[in-house]
Amino acid sequence: MNFKLKDIGPQLMTVIAVVLVFGFFTYNAQVNMESRGIDFGYGFLSQESSFDVQFSLIEYDGSHSYFRAYLVGLLNTILVSVIGIILATILGVIVGIARLSPNYLINKFAAFYVEFFRNIPLLLQIFFWYFAALRALPLPQDAEAIFGISFLTIKGLYVPAFIWQNFNVFFYSVVAAIIAIIVIRIHAKKLQETQGKQTPVLLISIGLILILPLLSFLIGGVSLSFEVPVLKQLATTSFIYEGGVSLPPELIALALSLSLYTATFIAECVRAGIQGVGKGQKEAAASIGLTPNQVLKLVVMPQALRIIIPPTTNQYLNLTKNSSLAAAIAYPDLVLVFAGTALMQTGKAIEIVSITMFTYLSLSISISLLMNWYNKKIAITEK
Amino acid sequence: MFKYLKQLTSLVAMVAVLFTFTTESMAAKKSKTLKNTQKKGFVRCGVSQGLPGFSNADAAGNWTGVDVDVCRAVAAAVLGDANKVKFTPLSAKERFTALTSGEIDILSRNTTWTLSRDADIGLTFVGVNFYDGQGFMVRKSSGITSTSQFKNGISACTNIGTTTELNMRDFFNSRGISYEPVAFEKADEVVAAYDAGRCDTYTTDKSGLAAQRTKMKNPDEHIVLPETISKEPLGPVVRQGDSVWEDIVRWSLNTMIEAEEYGITSANADSMKTSDNPQIKRLVGAEGEMGAAFGLDNEWNLRIIKQVGNYGESYKRNIADTGILPDRGPNELWTKGGILYVPPSR
Repeated sequence: MNFKLKDIGPQLMTVIAVVLVFGFFTYNAQVNMESRGIDFGYGFLSQESSFDVQFSLIEYDGSHSYFRAYLVGLLNTILVSVIGIILATILGVIVGIARLSPNYLINKFAAFYVEFFRNIPLLLQIFFWYFAALRALPLPQDAEAIFGISFLTIKGLYVPAFIWQNFNVFFYSVVAAIIAIIVIRIHAKKLQETQGKQTPVLLISIGLILILPLLSFLIGGVSLSFEVPVLKQLATTSFIYEGGVSLPPELIALALSLSLYTATFIAECVRAGIQGVGKGQKEAAASIGLTPNQVLKLVVMPQALRIIIPPTTNQYLNLTKNSSLAAAIAYPDLVLVFAGTALMQTGKAIEIVSITMFTYLSLSISISLLMNWYNKKIAITEK
Repeated sequence: MFKYLKQLTSLVAMVAVLFTFTTESMAAKKSKTLKNTQKKGFVRCGVSQGLPGFSNADAAGNWTGVDVDVCRAVAAAVLGDANKVKFTPLSAKERFTALTSGEIDILSRNTTWTLSRDADIGLTFVGVNFYDGQGFMVRKSSGITSTSQFKNGISACTNIGTTTELNMRDFFNSRGISYEPVAFEKADEVVAAYDAGRCDTYTTDKSGLAAQRTKMKNPDEHIVLPETISKEPLGPVVRQGDSVWEDIVRWSLNTMIEAEEYGITSANADSMKTSDNPQIKRLVGAEGEMGAAFGLDNEWNLRIIKQVGNYGESYKRNIADTGILPDRGPNELWTKGGILYVPPSR
């Protein structure tokens, strides 16, 4: 009996302490809110928001509900995070490998990039890219066309919109190509394991992903045309582009600064991962006759990835959370739209901040779970 | 004998209870916020992050502006010194939370009085110290001279967390114009983005436009369009639930406006004590017991006028002489064609 109490006693006390602290704060908040005549409740989420948002992935205007405004903010946060993660990963891997390059110039340039960008506060970088870009970019009427169809201006990047005919046929052809590639990969692996035969999987894959959709154009009745943005005059000196798709400069500046900043950390993870693979491994691989490419692909990378993935997951989480700095430059993310405008219009501070915190928590945990799953998949399986 | 003793003790106890009750109600009259303010020795006042004419800090950290003067008036009334104010610069988004959470005791930050703010979020508006309306600023070179020239696709820079965002939607929607709202958290970024050419127009309260225009790279390149699209009565706000404090702030503001009406200025306030007009004498603490109801002495209003000045002096010093809005417009006394009209101090 005594033994048991000793075992669970401290834990029980901790639980009680935590409950008491939470209870105290909840009670306090309740009393204070009551004495100041503030109601608590989530009913406001279904009310009409009556404010507009600059940029939205789903249909939204002020006649929709606050919940819809929340979704707009959430999707914008996810959008900038996904773009940021992809760009940061590509750049980070390139710079990480460049830092190990025997070429002096490439090596030093990569080192300079890493030291420069990771040592300046992110908020300053966001301001820099936003306002520097705003100052440097031309007004819509002065913009030079990029490839004759796109325009990068102070009011955003205008690109042609795709106008599809029979889009579903094209979509199915891509799906079919992907399925075919997966089947071929499994088959090629089996072939290698049983007969030691190598198949040029990459070439076949590229061929498939090009040929099948192309066929859908030729015989599937799919056609694609572009809607090119056209300059429109609003007033004597004020112009915009109409038609096509426009990406606001806020999104571009934010995605750029987030990925430039986070890429420095990912580059260091990549460098650490590659350097963490023993020299003996590479020499052994070379000595059994593998080409340098094969050494990298079959021996170094699988081992390096195990070192790279966990710290890189942290960087992905950081990037997602840092995207909340968007509020500073008017990118309508979750913090600006929901914890900003919606909070001010409703005055429901506790409700909205709690929802926002919970949302970021869920986002981060989702990324963590995904990365942990991937980490487990590439971990060395002892046979 | 013991029987009587028992009755006597209960009588004493009853008297004691009654006595504590009366002293308690006297203390309750002196509001909690007032007590805390006097104990701390300064008034905690929330202001803007820099809006010339309303609340703006100079390089030495001295705050000036008509919103600032409201807090100074309260400090003069309750603490005897208009300089005993601690200013907290707040963004539009932070302001109400700072007030309801008790970080500040007065919010005097060009804040529009609306039904939902007054009723919903635990705040009480005490009056209006500036009648404003939302307007638009455009570049002169654009050739736009009226909002009727706005076309589909116009981009408008503004602040988040303001009534501006809602008015803007109402305005563009009612005219069937599609627009791109670009909303920033801080006013400085709005100005920078508009100035760089990110937006075709900058919209906020007209007084704010006039004030921010002075911050532009080249103020002469911009004009404020004549149309006013909303009513924006700006005024000080207090927390709900302390009616004595609410009254002190309300009547500090009213005193400034009424003093102008009766021609009492910081210069002549002392000599007005011997005036023949009882209304003037009441405003300088020479007649009646005007401070007792707030738990203040009788010269609280005299101190406001002497140390801060009347509303007209404050307006001239902060808004007219700085070239922001030389014309008082609706913010002129009702006796001179404006709409400033306050209940009498009596």
